[in-house]
Amino acid sequence: MNGYVYYPGCSLKGSSRAYEESILPVFKEIGMPLQELEDWNCCGATAYFSVDDTMAAAVCGRNLALAEKAGKDIIAPCAGCYLTLKKSNIFLAGSQPKAAKILKDLKSVGCEYQGKVAVKHPLQVLSEDVGLPKIKELVRRPLKGLKVACYYGCQLVRPYTDFDDPDYPTKLDRLLEAVGAESVNYSAKTRCCGGSLTGTIEEVGLRLNYILLKEAKRKGADAIVTICPLCQFNLEITQDKAGRKYKDDVAMPILYFSQLLGLAMGIAKEDLGFSRSIVSLKPVWKKLKNGGTL
Amino acid sequence: MEIHKKVKYEEELDSGFVDEIKEMSRCEEIDECIQCGTCSSSCPMAVYMDYTPRKIIAMIKSGFKDEALRSFTIWLCPSCYTCQVRCPSKIKITDVMYALKRKAIEEKVYPSRFAIPVLDRQMSRLIAKYGRNSEMWLILNLYLKSRNPFGLFKMAPLGLKLMKTGRMSLKKESIKDRKQLGALLKAIKEDTR
Repeated sequence: MNGYVYYPGCSLKGSSRAYEESILPVFKEIGMPLQELEDWNCCGATAYFSVDDTMAAAVCGRNLALAEKAGKDIIAPCAGCYLTLKKSNIFLAGSQPKAAKILKDLKSVGCEYQGKVAVKHPLQVLSEDVGLPKIKELVRRPLKGLKVACYYGCQLVRPYTDFDDPDYPTKLDRLLEAVGAESVNYSAKTRCCGGSLTGTIEEVGLRLNYILLKEAKRKGADAIVTICPLCQFNLEITQDKAGRKYKDDVAMPILYFSQLLGLAMGIAKEDLGFSRSIVSLKPVWKKLKNGGTL
Repeated sequence: MEIHKKVKYEEELDSGFVDEIKEMSRCEEIDECIQCGTCSSSCPMAVYMDYTPRKIIAMIKSGFKDEALRSFTIWLCPSCYTCQVRCPSKIKITDVMYALKRKAIEEKVYPSRFAIPVLDRQMSRLIAKYGRNSEMWLILNLYLKSRNPFGLFKMAPLGLKLMKTGRMSLKKESIKDRKQLGALLKAIKEDTR
């Protein structure tokens, strides 16, 4: 396919607006402005696959068909959307009789899908299509002095391992180093944040996120950098309660990688969604001022 | 003192269960499990589970259908796929957990007021109807269907913060072509019946 279409998913239009507000200007700056997929529907996430996998693959198939009609591959910044669409794409291309049925039904409602669309995460596009040399060229304000813990979470690197290592990925570390930040050796980088468990069983959510925050603190990170809206949300909303419960200061800014990328590329701080953070970003601003970035 | 039998006799087990789950999860490799426990030691949720993932696989193989389907384990799996990529026998454990969840819903043996299956079902319902999930409505439904609605008050401070930063909206999201989505799901339903 020729170029990419942007698939936001529910989070980037709601609780994770800051991700959309930073990823779009970054791609514009690179010279790949992203159009939103017209009339996209929700991917179904882990929920729909737990209830009815045929329906789940069908609703994903509708998105894939819409992208194919537009002649574009999909960029999905949410790791959940990325995996769900990719998983359905692989299933629909397979030889299962169920897949053939879904494709037939898609066609019957005007959503014919021939399997031509690739589903990618922006980190993959930035690392592989754009490349670090080009990104380095675009840096106006290197993030000198900022220590980041690069957090990949689960679904970007698992179960499909065609893009980075499933246990110890490094693409995000290399990208942030390319724009001047220092990436700490974050051993919890692919440990699960609990996903929707934070909303369903709070105690479990607190514990899982506490482990992630604590490890980032221990490694001296100024911020955790995420590539997934649910990870960002969980790490942000749990730190207050986890701190009280475990009597430990784990307060820490949780940023999208696109926010830092945009900042390094010289995009105005006000245009990258930083004001949507519910935890103080002061430690980050202080470091960047000392480093001469701001 | 009442005496209860603690072990099942072979005829009480469901010998067809393993084949059913193999088909539903599209994972033939279940037979290859060597009970090494790599899955359980990799699982971030194992400490909260009633049966570890290793035990669940053994239970499927031996036909402990009822125990597997009624377990909390299957709902606690957050789909992080760590077990799946590490399994030396290449068992798609996360997909097996998904199959067990679907089977438990199909047979109506899941914990019906437990928040996780409630969330899954409510979200699926929203998507089937509107094509989009609305975060706030999902949370509201979750509280109404799974627990004391007054628990929402405890969420108020967080809600306020999210409201202030423009991250929470009461708008009900929807796609434009709901008719097309409806027709698609109807066709699928008729086709898979």
